[in-house]
Amino acid sequence: MKGGVRKNDMAILEVTDLHKHFGETEVLKGIDFSLERGDVLAMIGSSGSGKTTLLRCLNFLETPDGGRISVNGETLFDAADQSAQTEEAVRKKRLHFGLVFQNFNLFPQYTALRNVTLARELLAKESPDYRANKARILAEIEEEARALLAQVGLSDKTDSYPHQLSGGQQQRVAIARALALNPDILCFDEPTSALDPEISGEVLAAIRRLAERRITMVIATHEMGFAREVSSYAIFLADGLIHEEGDPEEVFGNPKTERLQSFLRAVL
Amino acid sequence: MVAQPTLLYVTEQLLQGFGVTCLIFGVTLLCALPLGLGVAFCSMSKYRLVRYISKTFVWIIRSTPLLLQVIIVFYGPGLIWGAEAMGRITAVLVAFIINYAAYFSEVYRGGIESIAKGQYEAGQVLGMTRSQIFFKVILLQVVKRILPPMSNEIITLVKDTALARVIAVKEIIMFAQEFVSVNALIWPLFYSGVFYLAFCGILTILFGKFEKRLGYFRA
Repeated sequence: MKGGVRKNDMAILEVTDLHKHFGETEVLKGIDFSLERGDVLAMIGSSGSGKTTLLRCLNFLETPDGGRISVNGETLFDAADQSAQTEEAVRKKRLHFGLVFQNFNLFPQYTALRNVTLARELLAKESPDYRANKARILAEIEEEARALLAQVGLSDKTDSYPHQLSGGQQQRVAIARALALNPDILCFDEPTSALDPEISGEVLAAIRRLAERRITMVIATHEMGFAREVSSYAIFLADGLIHEEGDPEEVFGNPKTERLQSFLRAVL
Repeated sequence: MVAQPTLLYVTEQLLQGFGVTCLIFGVTLLCALPLGLGVAFCSMSKYRLVRYISKTFVWIIRSTPLLLQVIIVFYGPGLIWGAEAMGRITAVLVAFIINYAAYFSEVYRGGIESIAKGQYEAGQVLGMTRSQIFFKVILLQVVKRILPPMSNEIITLVKDTALARVIAVKEIIMFAQEFVSVNALIWPLFYSGVFYLAFCGILTILFGKFEKRLGYFRA
């Protein structure tokens, strides 16, 4: 990663000097990091440190003011060249990323299964051979969606509507929904912050299983124990900058900077 | 001595007027529902000028009596440009459609703006287009939310049709009033209220059913 720790330059994600400000407030002041396939990046830091903004920039929900984002060597965003950022282009680029929100944001009028299949079906309709193979394509999508729901332990909830599910179940549906599009990098924005502590566990367990399957993830979280255990690299954000980073054992077990030490004291 | 009209005769006459009432109601609803959605989008446009024009339109229409609007639509073009008068019923329909589109637009706007931003963002990160997000994700939630205020407006529309007689469009009240002036009978006027009651009763049941059908999810 940064500092040439890893020589292999086949990065799946490369973020370079990312800047973002809202009005007068500079929220991201130059973020650099890269990920390799199968990496799990834990992003920690207090509220307002820029974690959410960084994830939203990766998912093109915010447009950075400066910097570059590349996936698999392809430059998806370059602040120096905004001409490529048409709505349609951005829509395609987004598909490299998935995002699991803090408040789930499931579609309330659809069942768990339909929440997972909807976006895939809409995308499938764009392919030229859709009409000819409609029945087969739809059956495949549904089968995969059922498998994804089974993976997050919700085989028996496929026909439930979001309001019939607990927060933890909703969040697991949201994870299955994000996985359905097979993103290169799956991002989590404090996935358990809206949940009761006793329910968080089931969501964290689902994410842990994804890590075991070597799915590349960026996780913003306040669950320090979980972050330490699941991640392969950790960054500590403060005031819009990466204040400290490294191996999770080092970052959590042996923090170098005063800032991270006091942060960890406060949250642990 | 003029022969007193029978109940059957009065009913027949009132039904004739009620047909016109239903026509005004139906055509207005059919046209104002989509038009109002268009106005709502203009009111929420990212272009300031469009927003400004749309909001001014809504302000003018909601701030003047529908009665006056009907008169202006009917007499206005002739008086101002010397245009040929349009049919009376056409004038009523034009005025009603414009008026109700303005009211509906505000109901739509309230509903659309009440949907959490996260719903749009969830659609966006799943690679949906703007129109897919609106039609597949947002619309049904909006419909569910605006159903109660919308049924209010629609039931008001039923009774507002009585304003058509200001330019002598023979809707049900006008037929009933003829019995007052010709036969000195007041009861046909009271009787006309039964038609409104029945019509609005049916609408209320329909709205209730519709609300129930959308009760399977929470938005």
